[in-house]
Amino acid sequence: MKAAVLVFPGINRERDMARTLRLISGRDPALVWHAEKELPAGTDLVVIPGGFSYGDYLRCGAIAARSPIMDAVRAYAGKGGLVLGVCNGFQILCEAGLLPGVLMRNENLRFICRDVYLRVERSDTPFTRGYNAGQVVRVPVAHGEGNYIADGETIARLEGEGRVLFRYCSPDGMIDPNWNHNGAINAIAGILNEHGNVLGMMPHPENHVEAAIGPTDGRGLFAGLAEALERAA
Amino acid sequence: MIPNDVRMTPELVAEHGLKQDEYDRILKLIGREPSLTELGIFSAMWNEHCSYKSSKVHLRTLPTKGPRVIQGPGENAGVIDIGDGLACVFKMESHNHPSYIEPYQGAATGVGGILRDVFTMGARPIACLNALSFGAPSHPKTRHLVSGVVAGIGGYGNSFGVPTVGGSVRFHSRYDGNCLVNAMAVGIARKDQIFYAAASGVGMPIVYLGSKTGRDGIHGASMASAEFGEDSEGKRPTVQVGDPFSEKLLLEACLEIMQKGCVIAIQDMGAAGLTCSAVEMGAKGDLGVTLDLDKVPCREEGMSAYEMMLSESQERMLMVLKPEKEKEAEAIFRKWGLDFAVVGETTPSKRFIVRHGGDVMADLPIKELGDQAPEYKRPFVNAAKPEAVDAESVVAPVDAIEALERLLASPDLCSKRWVWEQYDHVILGNTVQRPGGDAAVVRIENGPKGLALTTDVTPRYCEADAFEGGKQAVVECWRNLTAVGATPLAITDNLNFGNPERPEIMGQFVGCIRGIAEACKALEFPVVSGNVSLYNETNGRAILPTPSIGGVGLIEDFSKSATLAFKRPGETIILIGETTGWLGQSTYLRELCGREEGAPPPVDLTEERENGDFVRSLILDGTATAAHDLSDGGLLVALAEMAVASGIGARLDAAPSDIPAHAHWFGEDQARYLVTVPTDKVSAVLARAKAANVPVWAIGTTGGDTLTLAGERPILVTILRERLESWLPAYMAGEL
Repeated sequence: MKAAVLVFPGINRERDMARTLRLISGRDPALVWHAEKELPAGTDLVVIPGGFSYGDYLRCGAIAARSPIMDAVRAYAGKGGLVLGVCNGFQILCEAGLLPGVLMRNENLRFICRDVYLRVERSDTPFTRGYNAGQVVRVPVAHGEGNYIADGETIARLEGEGRVLFRYCSPDGMIDPNWNHNGAINAIAGILNEHGNVLGMMPHPENHVEAAIGPTDGRGLFAGLAEALERAA
Repeated sequence: MIPNDVRMTPELVAEHGLKQDEYDRILKLIGREPSLTELGIFSAMWNEHCSYKSSKVHLRTLPTKGPRVIQGPGENAGVIDIGDGLACVFKMESHNHPSYIEPYQGAATGVGGILRDVFTMGARPIACLNALSFGAPSHPKTRHLVSGVVAGIGGYGNSFGVPTVGGSVRFHSRYDGNCLVNAMAVGIARKDQIFYAAASGVGMPIVYLGSKTGRDGIHGASMASAEFGEDSEGKRPTVQVGDPFSEKLLLEACLEIMQKGCVIAIQDMGAAGLTCSAVEMGAKGDLGVTLDLDKVPCREEGMSAYEMMLSESQERMLMVLKPEKEKEAEAIFRKWGLDFAVVGETTPSKRFIVRHGGDVMADLPIKELGDQAPEYKRPFVNAAKPEAVDAESVVAPVDAIEALERLLASPDLCSKRWVWEQYDHVILGNTVQRPGGDAAVVRIENGPKGLALTTDVTPRYCEADAFEGGKQAVVECWRNLTAVGATPLAITDNLNFGNPERPEIMGQFVGCIRGIAEACKALEFPVVSGNVSLYNETNGRAILPTPSIGGVGLIEDFSKSATLAFKRPGETIILIGETTGWLGQSTYLRELCGREEGAPPPVDLTEERENGDFVRSLILDGTATAAHDLSDGGLLVALAEMAVASGIGARLDAAPSDIPAHAHWFGEDQARYLVTVPTDKVSAVLARAKAANVPVWAIGTTGGDTLTLAGERPILVTILRERLESWLPAYMAGEL
């Protein structure tokens, strides 16, 4: 795995992400500054981590989406390269036009940090091959604006094409408004682009990877990615 | 010649918060009438908040030394040695008045300020905590303040990127007109890479870093040094506005220039901004400082010297730079999009000289500005100690189970999940124990060491008996660190009191300090940093004396830390420490009987140490499977919390017959813990306790889905959880 973790001013989970990638793949990712115009040669995974890029003072992700490095990311994604955006990274991908829809303020208008349960809808993608379809995983969320929405047509397409990869659910995998902490439409927690190589998700799998610290359900995502990349290489 | 367009009048002096005798002292010191800018500088340096003029004489009595202390009080934050070449840097500070006036920004900038204190010293912040006191839930402003303060703390810490891992929230009518927001930050630095404020070397460039200076927060420190009246709303313009985004950039840029060896001395601009930081750097280094205000990056045009010197715009730092590193340092700040401007230099003269627009606006003796601030030995009276409440005389209004249900749902004891879920407590990936336990535990770098962190105080005890209350605040902090298996190392204290010019308030202050000092000495638990917040009163009504104690403990292997949740059914519950059924000042007496009376529980420091050391040994050798400190609400509340955290019930033996049952279940005797141990280890534990002179009793067994007391109706753990979790969300939703 030759991962590149993008760093915009105000991003603050780049260390968490880098540590997790190192832990799973045994290799340090490159930290790529937003003002760069190119990704490091040989990059096979681009990760946009969480945080508050540019303070989120404008719409979340709106400024970062227009950074120089994002042109390189668009070109890379256009050629089928794998891109993972987590939390602010998901918001940035939406603002950059790499994913449809938008993340609105949480339904209760408050920031929420807690462990949530996700149902993995498909396991036949490079991002979820480490899980079984229908598996329920426990990972933390930490966001104020994670309430996913798109127009009806887009949602119908996402659902019809199987592009919803993760949904908020109860511990036994039921879709239930009581377990949808931010009010996202169809309990959507993570979606793919139409070619299946760009994933945006609100929860933080990178914070649940070490048994010494807590649950390890986030490992599957990174371990699966590492395996997929190894096979491709 | 210093231009002096404004005539000094007694009114102008008073507006600057200076008393006539203090003004006379200024005249004597400089031998002439000060300019307006100089008067502003004096008011900034000599107010209570910056000068500690009422408290200094008493603060000196606190124990501040110890084998692990690298830096005690007097710097931006305290520093202790945690081994492996690492140091822990931490401090707690209040932002009470600003938070009452403008809760979101007041609390946010409180967090920003304390984070700067920590990273100014070269440490990367790894955790934040807080201690919050609000007015009665029924007071019309309380909900607004809780909502704003919590959002502000979260808004700043979450964006900055530090986990907020613990804290405390309480309610009492004595905070109706003056809430308390005490924020604590903890960071890790390399022991050989700690940075201090004292300047050294003559002719060294003084560099301004960070955000631009605006007109916000002018006179913030003076505002914090006066009582509130009806006009407190009018003070909103003195509250600063926080920008966590800039602070995160400032953090990264500062750590980068420190690592590159560019920094001689560095000081954050907090209270009294440019004035306080420049004077401290010069005074501590026995050097003069000359500032050229024309070079200061400003947000607004036409700012006067007076405004620039008193602005409390946030996210700014002042640094003495190694001259040969100027280009390198500037490039780093430009990369992060921050201002970098050489605004002055160090001089041999020991004068503080401020130039602006071609004029000298201030020319003052720098040492005297800092060191010769007035110092008061204010008169104080000790309040009469209240009589102990005889437990036999307290009639139980309801049965023990109903009392438990009501206590769990009371504002002070209920779960604070609604609060801490608004704080990112998992970022950085090191939070081993999240909020909701006795103390938070965070991994240090890649482990195996961990730090235990907590904030504690029981203000009603301090009000009833300042000395015992001061002791109790320290021991409760010590117990909470112990209950997760950590060795308590040091504390930061944030002393919140009313108007020190009133002898009875000063008596509370002096009493609490004596108690804190005695407990810290006995437990070898030194004070390494702190903050004093006085004048916390509105219309002559003071807050409860609230000396918040922030504690840091070390655990050699964080994976051995204990949590309060029961681990499995069939284990024996052991009570450690003597139970006399002390109901005076208890939560039970207040919530169930409507009485806030009596002497608080006495603290026996020898017992605390023996019992605590015993509990820690049970945790670290793996004997204790769960551990919990007993505090507000006593034995039964602690048991219920252990059950709720696990979903496992418990069956308990009958209360002993020699004390009233409700006093047994809800009394607040100190030096007590609950632990669970596997049944086959019980006899060994009892024998060890006997050898260690520690009183212990096996009081019940874990298991089932109810909490069952002999002779009382059983209650489902799910109902206990409901009681514990419902009150705060319902209250904040306006349903109560």
